[in-house]
Amino acid sequence: MSETTAAKKIDVHYLTRVEGHGNIVVEIDPAGVVQTCRWEVPEAPRFFEAMILGKRFDVIHQITSRICGICSIGHQLASLQATEEALGIRISRQTTLLRKLAIHGENLQSHYLHVGYLALPDYLGVGSVIPLASTHKKELTTLIGLRRLSNEFSQAICGRTTHPQRLCPGGFHKVPTLDELKALRKRLNDSLKALDAVVDLVASVAGAIPDFTRETEYVGLVHPGEYPLLWGQVGTSQDQSRPASEYLNLTNEYLVPQSTAKWSRNQAKSYMVGALARFNLNHGLLHPGAKKAADKLGLKAPCHNPYFITVAQLVECVHSTEDSVRILDELIKTGVRPEAPAPVRLQAGKGVGAVEVPRGILFHSYEYDDQGRICHADCVIPTNQNHANIQYDMAAITPLIKDEPAESIELKLSMLVRAYDPCISCSTHCLDLADRGVVWRKVD
Amino acid sequence: MAKPKIAFFDFAGCEGDQLQVANLEEKLLDVLAHVDVVNFREVMTERSDDYDIAFVEGSITRPEDEKRIKDIRAKAKLLVALGACATIGGINCIKNFMEDAQCREAVYGDKARWYPTYAARPVRAVVPVDLEIHGCPIDRAEFLRMVKELLSGKAPWLPDYPVCMECKQAGNICNYERGRACLGIITRAGCKAACVTEGAVCWGCRGLAPGANLDAARYVMEDLGGFSRREAQDLLRLFLGFSSAPL
Ligand code: SF4
Ligand code: SF4
Repeated sequence: MSETTAAKKIDVHYLTRVEGHGNIVVEIDPAGVVQTCRWEVPEAPRFFEAMILGKRFDVIHQITSRICGICSIGHQLASLQATEEALGIRISRQTTLLRKLAIHGENLQSHYLHVGYLALPDYLGVGSVIPLASTHKKELTTLIGLRRLSNEFSQAICGRTTHPQRLCPGGFHKVPTLDELKALRKRLNDSLKALDAVVDLVASVAGAIPDFTRETEYVGLVHPGEYPLLWGQVGTSQDQSRPASEYLNLTNEYLVPQSTAKWSRNQAKSYMVGALARFNLNHGLLHPGAKKAADKLGLKAPCHNPYFITVAQLVECVHSTEDSVRILDELIKTGVRPEAPAPVRLQAGKGVGAVEVPRGILFHSYEYDDQGRICHADCVIPTNQNHANIQYDMAAITPLIKDEPAESIELKLSMLVRAYDPCISCSTHCLDLADRGVVWRKVD
Repeated sequence: MAKPKIAFFDFAGCEGDQLQVANLEEKLLDVLAHVDVVNFREVMTERSDDYDIAFVEGSITRPEDEKRIKDIRAKAKLLVALGACATIGGINCIKNFMEDAQCREAVYGDKARWYPTYAARPVRAVVPVDLEIHGCPIDRAEFLRMVKELLSGKAPWLPDYPVCMECKQAGNICNYERGRACLGIITRAGCKAACVTEGAVCWGCRGLAPGANLDAARYVMEDLGGFSRREAQDLLRLFLGFSSAPL
């Protein structure tokens, strides 16, 4: 009973079930006033932008892949786009289709991991997925099966689930065979049924999703003809769309003392990227099964409840599966053949890649010298773009739940951050060199 | 017999190796029947300081990391390094060469505290390591085999020959014949030449094979292959930066 009167301190030092390290610090004084409410990111920086300086165009995507294990395919794709634009490399239709499959595969891998293994335990009241092996054996088996398929999907297209080897500037080193594509199509199509069971499971616990809304700006790729992941303009819910090359006018990164990662803002004081932002911007272009799943799960656009990011991810799983089946049909019809990667002619140039990776829009921007070596690089990571939004959500929700017991506040705040599926090891890949008074100059 | 308690820790890395453990899917459930996972921040909330085997991912990149890894070493009976960042320093060691990268020159401002004066290094450069599971990322099947061997008290087996041997077995065309430089000639096998088989080259992620002949490698790359000193160095500095190879 003293819970509403005693001072409360919540100090989640290293939030679990997220990738990388982040802390939640909240202090509520005895009068019930929220004194401190902070989302902190203390991860060790890894300096990727500096690490690729001077490196040759053909290994860049292999280095930036290592920014993040979970989004390694997306980092490779954004990196290749930037390199290909800078060097004027044109890719074939087959390469485009295979890359679309690559990003779908990664979305499935990452979303199943987050929805099933990382977020679901909160809704079933346990600390990890491990106890579900005895309490929810059937559901867990279904989830594991889906996730295994998503891994094998990525492997079939890219060569490996993590840090894949087949993607390269100009195309692919190796492509799957027609038989592999046919088998994959069948398995993905069959998986829609299992996916439906997962939708039902999540719909059954959807009542436990905290009721909280805060409208913000939603940012993601937009395209008139599809729910875009691999290409499009950069759209927002409060501003005009622009080409990826103008990303700096949108991301406006700045440094804050509580974080080794940078923050972003555009029109609103913060913005959101990721599955819910994409859903809010592009829901009309989802495949029919995905729309049906959204209805079942109670997800309607525009949705301003960040806890629904997890739900939007599940809707995207249905969409990615349906869209992959469509793409595979096209590839099976036209036939897939080994193609040499498009030729590369070394030239100085600049390029920006923008790809929707599982956690949101990712930008890689490179400048090459005439030897095909990088002389300037910048990467803007989804989680960085979300940090400020997480902070403002925390600041908005904490006063609403401040009278609840400390454990419940802690759980709701942890669930909030977890919903964003933050990929913190990604987001602290670098410090802004310019901000730290460092200037890079080309020597030769 | 009580089940051994295992814990996972990460330093500077991408968590791709822990992801491979999660990616074991059904097989992970079998492993879980024989161990108690007491610490795995990526997937579970509970945590404990009482563990027998510590799996460590990532490189040591800051002086403050040393304290943490020494503490883990003191608590664990066995310490296993997981993945290239932890076993050989891996991709993080690129930054150890930043000072002489040709394309850049850094001019420091007063806030340049971030500059990496502390070289990125593998775990064994700071504390003794009992077992190293190589790769970037680790190979799931190899992880499973080595952990089983470890749990049954056998000395885990690691190939001591280079990737080239496995590459021949896989029936690949040699990259040098295709005009591409490849580190399969000096890199420790065990991946079944995974990257060459998928159409790429070997970047050396599993570290140097014991007794790798670096002079011969340089001869193959530069004199036979016709690659410039810089091209060879580029490749050798990708993952092998902490070894003697790129010197
Ligand atoms: S070894 Fe590779 S997969 Fe493992 S943490 Fe390092 S970069 Fe990631
Ligand atoms: S082929 Fe080389 S780079 Fe690829 S996994 Fe094997 S050792 Fe690592």
